[in-house]
Amino acid sequence: MAETIKLSSLAIGASAVVREYPKQGNAFLRLREMGVLPGTTVTLIRTAPLGDPLEIKVRGYNLTLRKTEAEHVLVEALKPST
Amino acid sequence: MPADTAKPAAPSRTPVYALVGNPNCGKSTLFNALTGLKQKIGNYPGVTVEKKIGTAYSQHGHPLTIIDLPGAYSLAARSPDEAVLRDVLLGRRADTPIPDRIVCIADATNLERNLYLVHQILDLGRPVILVLNMMDVAERAGLVVRAARMEKELGIPVIACEAINGKGLVELKLAMSRHDLPLSRHSWAIPAPIAPAVSEIAASLSENDRRPPLIARAEALLLLTDQDSVRVAGSRPLSERTVEILRSWEKRWAAQGTDWAGALVNSRYDAITELCTHVIERGGMKTGASVSDRIDAVVTHPVWGWVVLGAIMSALFLSIFTLAQFPMDWISEHMASLADAVKHAMPAGDLRDLITDGAIGGVGGVVIFLPQILILFFFIGLLESTGYMARAAFIMDRLMSRVGLNGKSFIPMLSSYACAIPGIMATRTIEDTKDRLVTILVAPLMSCSARLPVYLLMIAALFPVATVPVAAKVGIMISMYALGTLGAFGFAWLFKRTLLKGEPPLMIMELPPYRLPKIRDVALHMVERAWLFLKRAGTIILGISILLWALTAYPKAPVGATDAQQIAQSYAGMAGHALEPVIKPLGFDWQIGIGLITSFAAREVFVSSMGVIFNAQSGEGNTAPLRDALLAAKWPDGRLLFTPLVCITLMVFYVFAMQCMSTIAVVRRETNSWRWPLFQIAYMTGTAWFVCLLIHQIGRALGY
Repeated sequence: MAETIKLSSLAIGASAVVREYPKQGNAFLRLREMGVLPGTTVTLIRTAPLGDPLEIKVRGYNLTLRKTEAEHVLVEALKPST
Repeated sequence: MPADTAKPAAPSRTPVYALVGNPNCGKSTLFNALTGLKQKIGNYPGVTVEKKIGTAYSQHGHPLTIIDLPGAYSLAARSPDEAVLRDVLLGRRADTPIPDRIVCIADATNLERNLYLVHQILDLGRPVILVLNMMDVAERAGLVVRAARMEKELGIPVIACEAINGKGLVELKLAMSRHDLPLSRHSWAIPAPIAPAVSEIAASLSENDRRPPLIARAEALLLLTDQDSVRVAGSRPLSERTVEILRSWEKRWAAQGTDWAGALVNSRYDAITELCTHVIERGGMKTGASVSDRIDAVVTHPVWGWVVLGAIMSALFLSIFTLAQFPMDWISEHMASLADAVKHAMPAGDLRDLITDGAIGGVGGVVIFLPQILILFFFIGLLESTGYMARAAFIMDRLMSRVGLNGKSFIPMLSSYACAIPGIMATRTIEDTKDRLVTILVAPLMSCSARLPVYLLMIAALFPVATVPVAAKVGIMISMYALGTLGAFGFAWLFKRTLLKGEPPLMIMELPPYRLPKIRDVALHMVERAWLFLKRAGTIILGISILLWALTAYPKAPVGATDAQQIAQSYAGMAGHALEPVIKPLGFDWQIGIGLITSFAAREVFVSSMGVIFNAQSGEGNTAPLRDALLAAKWPDGRLLFTPLVCITLMVFYVFAMQCMSTIAVVRRETNSWRWPLFQIAYMTGTAWFVCLLIHQIGRALGY
């Protein structure tokens, strides 16, 4: 299995597959309900002008989350399709 | 679940439809299109969640009641809005009948996430009609959604629709008029470790909480994903037995390391993904950035983002201060002529004065702000419906998080520079109750337009000679705005750390695609808001203005006394004298005290009160006579009353003090209790007094 990194340290424009994140906590349950699940592909679109929060694309729509949450989401970066 | 047909609705009763969907799925547009202007807007008792009920007509002309429920992503509630949706659908609220049928709206461009809520709703076992909205947008994005296939898979009517163009409405009404709406063939695999718990809790719900069997199962599933199950006033609590069973399962799973909530969400999404592979075809057109992505590249750009935000906000304030002027002049003119007409039509006496000075004057003082409030609501509606509101929150979140709030508090606080009322009413978009309360508490500290006349008068008194450079005046004005802003952020920080301590707010927010606003919907929204304000605040405002009038009108001075003598010996005058020991350390005398009391109605009343007290009727826009009268005013011992230090102190007092009955009335309505508006008066006016004391005493010590 490939190495996982934090969603917050993904490069802008890169896509990754979500591998795991904490089971407990309101933020993470909401993230799940918004469709960010282990196995889901997400793309980091940009960060806000001041560096936080992040904007990701997931299941065809755009979602924001703070770095404090993104730090706990482990993802596996996808090789950019060339 | 067996396929079944619902019993036809009894003809004697109007069937109740609930309109349900994610935020930004076009639900309001569909509601407006279905009901036209036949809508009733109110509140769910005990919570500040808007209740919208409208009437539509079936194809046969029968009336249908439609409840527009708040937009939500999930029935596992995270906010009062979502809790109301959940409780209405589960029949937990005594004030709202459980809907007979549910119309689910899903955004076809974003089907997977939209279907999550639909999936939860299908569990309820009620007749559901699924509306796939924005089919045109989906098509342009290269998505082909096959409604017919979906209908076959789910076993319920699925209607392709473009609410914004009115397409698909006839088909929807036809489906709504059917007597024999089929129930969904909805079945999905509940994860094995959780299944026994679901049956046990469902059994307890139907036995101990008297839920119908299907609702009991749906509610059991929900209780397992509801982490803190937001309890909302007006919803019935669960029985002890059910809570006991739920807690014991949770304990067992926690010990075993079973992720029950996550497993449930996962299996729902598995079912949805499976469904979507059958009904969605992705065309080959999905190359390149969408229009929204290209707009966002500018609007959320590290440099251009600030330029755009600044430009939009400047346009907003410019239009408020320029456009609102005409209707405001018109209103004050007509209020004055109305009062004159009453004066001519009625014999002189207390009743006449009560009507002209108390009622007309008081109501006029509120209506005068209506143009500003309307313009602000229009802009807020425009920002919301285009999708820019979410971007502003995205950009500002980092700054707002410094004081423990999130980006969503930005627009309400910014609007409060014009008027705190629409700002406070706009806090409804903030999901977290504590964040919302903190925003409401600090919003009136932003210097609103009603403080402007006071600032202007004091600056005029501060620099009576024409040689003072404009920059000094502008500098003082800007410092006052800065002081209020700092105060607001400071208190937000303080409240988030002490009084309203909570989890750091989430910023898990959808950035919806940009859409062209539908002006009719925005205008409707604006009128609704303004009407709500008048209706909710009207009685409180009328009451306070009559009280304030009585304070200045009684007891009566001897015949022939001037207005100044009347007010001096009235209850307000007495209160001014009584207040003097308290405000003397700030450099204020009893006459200023009267102004503070009367301007509790609204801050700008201070200027007219000073005019009456110091016998200087200043003309339109000309403060010179009043300025000169103020400068001539003296303490009994001959010292000047309005020294530069006192002028500054007085401005600072108005920066902080809660001097606006309309705001108090709105806070009362928005927080559902008198506790918070009273606390707000205490902390704001208390701060004002304390800061003014410091300024005045230090200023005196320094020899000013």
